Amino acid sequence: MTTTYSKGISRRGWLRWTAILGVAVALPSRVWAAVARPEAAFGATALDDALAALGDAPQMHEGIQFTTPDIAENGAVVPIRVEVDSGALPNVSKVSVLVEMNPNPLAASFDIPPGTEVYIETRVKVAQTCTLYAVAEADGQLYMQSRETKVTLGGCGG
Amino acid sequence: MAGRIKIRAQKKGDVTEVKALMRHPMETGMRKDQAGDPIPAHFITEVAVLHGDQPVMQGHWGAAVSANPFLGVRFAGGEAGDTVRVVWTDNQGGTGEGETTIR
Repeated sequence: MTTTYSKGISRRGWLRWTAILGVAVALPSRVWAAVARPEAAFGATALDDALAALGDAPQMHEGIQFTTPDIAENGAVVPIRVEVDSGALPNVSKVSVLVEMNPNPLAASFDIPPGTEVYIETRVKVAQTCTLYAVAEADGQLYMQSRETKVTLGGCGG
Repeated sequence: MAGRIKIRAQKKGDVTEVKALMRHPMETGMRKDQAGDPIPAHFITEVAVLHGDQPVMQGHWGAAVSANPFLGVRFAGGEAGDTVRVVWTDNQGGTGEGETTIR
């Protein structure tokens, strides 16, 4: 027997609508939750700690093309580019950029869904001459590439 | 405080190239003003690029991203006329949004 509510929606129909609405509301938050911010890695003050917070020890990989200037005149604005050839290293889902000598080495981390090229361009602050690391996560494994950038004017002043 | 974003999306072969320039001080919290008082940290923490309603990239940023951040990404697909949006939130609850169409 079906209980009928005043507007003529059966109990079963009501439940079905509630379920559909519930899924619709939950969906966006699930999308955000799936790409949670790596808080521990951002809080780390040493390169090794930041890398450890991202995952298991990364291996060097030639498929990651990491472009930084050899010499940066202004450490406050250092253009960087990370590009991964999907033929050389498929299924990359995350790319992180670390600056060894910064107070917090992890500068940025990017979540890359399938269909997006593994291609990131941005600009970061580099406190002093040091090595920059691009770390890519593919199938749960970390791979990296490093580049040294000389800084003539540190990134802390501006 | 809502910040505007200069944004451009261009179709290049099979991929769409998005370039965005945001206005934001990106203060690390480690600098001091002329009186010697610390300037509070104020930086973008989350940034996302959307093609229609579909996220094509989500970034988590620290204070080490340069002031007035630039972001360039590429994604497969996308047709001329499609909407591309860039949205951000910062550590003080501020947000910014920019929208353009692919050309």
